[in-house]
Amino acid sequence: MKRLLWPAVVLALLLVLNVFFTPSFFSIEVKDGHLYGSLIDILRFGAPLILVSLGMTLVIATGGIDLSVGSVVAISGALACLQISEDASVFTAVALALGLCLVLGAWNGFLVAGIGIQPIIATLILMVAGRGLAQLITDGQIITVNSPAYKVIGGGYWLTVPFGILIVIGVLAISAFLTRRLALGMLIESVGSNAEASRLAGIRARGIIIMVYAFAALCAGVAGLMISSNVSSADGNNAGLWIELDAILAVVIGGTSLAGGRFSLSGTVLGALIIQTLTTTIYSIGVPPETTLLFKALVVTAVCLIQSPSFRAKVFRGRGRAKPSSAAPEQKVKVTA
Amino acid sequence: MFKRISAILLAGLTAMSVASCGSGGGGGTTSAGTGGGGDAITMGFSQVGAESGWRTANTKSVQDSAKNAGITLKFSDAQQKQENQIKAIRSFIQQKVDVIAFSPVVESGWDTVLMEAKNAKIPVILTDRAVDSKDTSLYKTFLGSDFVEEGKKAGQWLVQEYKDSKDPVNIVELQGTTGSAPANDRKAGFAEVIGADPKFKIVASQTGDFTRAKGKEVMEAFLKSTPDIDVLYAHNDDMGLGAIEAIEGAGKVPGKDIKIITVDAVKDGMQALADGKINFIVECSPLLGPQLMDLAKKVVKGEQVPARVVTEETTFTQEQAKQVLSSRQY
Repeated sequence: MKRLLWPAVVLALLLVLNVFFTPSFFSIEVKDGHLYGSLIDILRFGAPLILVSLGMTLVIATGGIDLSVGSVVAISGALACLQISEDASVFTAVALALGLCLVLGAWNGFLVAGIGIQPIIATLILMVAGRGLAQLITDGQIITVNSPAYKVIGGGYWLTVPFGILIVIGVLAISAFLTRRLALGMLIESVGSNAEASRLAGIRARGIIIMVYAFAALCAGVAGLMISSNVSSADGNNAGLWIELDAILAVVIGGTSLAGGRFSLSGTVLGALIIQTLTTTIYSIGVPPETTLLFKALVVTAVCLIQSPSFRAKVFRGRGRAKPSSAAPEQKVKVTA
Repeated sequence: MFKRISAILLAGLTAMSVASCGSGGGGGTTSAGTGGGGDAITMGFSQVGAESGWRTANTKSVQDSAKNAGITLKFSDAQQKQENQIKAIRSFIQQKVDVIAFSPVVESGWDTVLMEAKNAKIPVILTDRAVDSKDTSLYKTFLGSDFVEEGKKAGQWLVQEYKDSKDPVNIVELQGTTGSAPANDRKAGFAEVIGADPKFKIVASQTGDFTRAKGKEVMEAFLKSTPDIDVLYAHNDDMGLGAIEAIEGAGKVPGKDIKIITVDAVKDGMQALADGKINFIVECSPLLGPQLMDLAKKVVKGEQVPARVVTEETTFTQEQAKQVLSSRQY
């Protein structure tokens, strides 16, 4: 729990910063029968990122990485909207879209575990090809659908709570149960530390790797449904663009090691919330669009530095010495930012 | 490790050279034909992407009119990335096309690649968006809308609408992609017109990247951080459509509680205008294909063309939208 302290502090600071610019920032009211407020917005718009990041966490825990999630987001929304625009039922559309995502994820896993391609290259294939596939499905157009039932997934409410938030809570609960109550989490970490040793110890490393990639793609698929349903349209070009980088960043901020073998689901959720809060903060405090990216980069750099124990030792204890080995993970983080 | 990296690089290079050979062959034969026959023109066209219905209509207009004009079109979609567009232009140069046309994703950073085209003696036509190069000899002409004028038209309607009111008017602005010509110019033209009267105040202005999803997200944040919004000015219809959903979600009535002005006039936008959810749309016509093909034929023949050609455009109020809605092509 202690390693989650600093991300939590940063999140709290960002939220408090907002109150200075928007006094009513923390107020949550019920409007037209649903919850309404800035905090709800952060959760609602952050929901797709949290989902994608959860999948990414498990992939990274096995020592891999999945660059294709952004494309899978686009494919899932595109296929679902295409089906609905051709008068398929929402249930069929969603099932088809998620089914395709599972297949795509399993394909990633097969390339990594079955053929032995490096994860960054294996998933790069689908990252590039997948966006093309999404455009093929939408025919390069934005498909607009008018289906109240589909709208519920990303823009609807259940008992006043945005449906997207409920989906996230559900997926989080299931994955936390599977990985922390059952042995699955330990098996994943074991594969991430040393896949060969795990295999020799009797763990089906291959199956586990294929499973985590399929899970990551499924999460991305659900996120894609949310994003497209929120605006009732599928945009093959822009849906989920660069979300893979935000997801990797969220995972890293949450304290999961990019080297694999260790992961924290709650850390990832915190990380994703920090990123979404940062985006909302930029809109509310009126950072000019030209400097938005720089502002984000500065905050992210600060977050990463403050998380590094050796950096803290150096700054807060004055003469304390940093270990040289601590530089490496920080640099990785800056690249993804 | 080194071996592995070099193997990957090699694989990448092979793939690239195979790709450029494949398309290069086609280009080579066509331009050889041009030397003899003279009328079969090959055009390399690099499109921004397919970010909106407007862009899709623009793409279709270019493709259809190329077919009608007997021009071989090599079409490349940059997916909103400048680096893709530079790559596409370089590959057009390699393929020795007769003329290159493109809509720049952003305004700056084109000098090097345009100089390469100039050195290869391939004329360049800019469509729809301009570049900020100091050296205007890098391109033959710029065909497209006057975005500053569009911003002004939006501002003029607003001034007219509030001419009897003395109260301050709080405006929020959804900008297009940061650094793009339409975003810069529509902002500048609008600000120029409303700047004459101090009662108009832009209280918040952020980029919505010309997409519905971002438009909705940014508008949600505006609605919370700025309590009294009278007017929304969105740089395109799609962002406006996203914002409408946000406004409805906040329990307000778009078009009444918050007046909405957008630019473009795509079908979904015109529908919202006719439904009373948008108050005013400044047209930005994407159907510039026929004009582009005429210009292409002229520059390939070496004829003089004006350095700036403006596409014909109008504006729509709610009543006008109801009349023309059924005949809207895009």
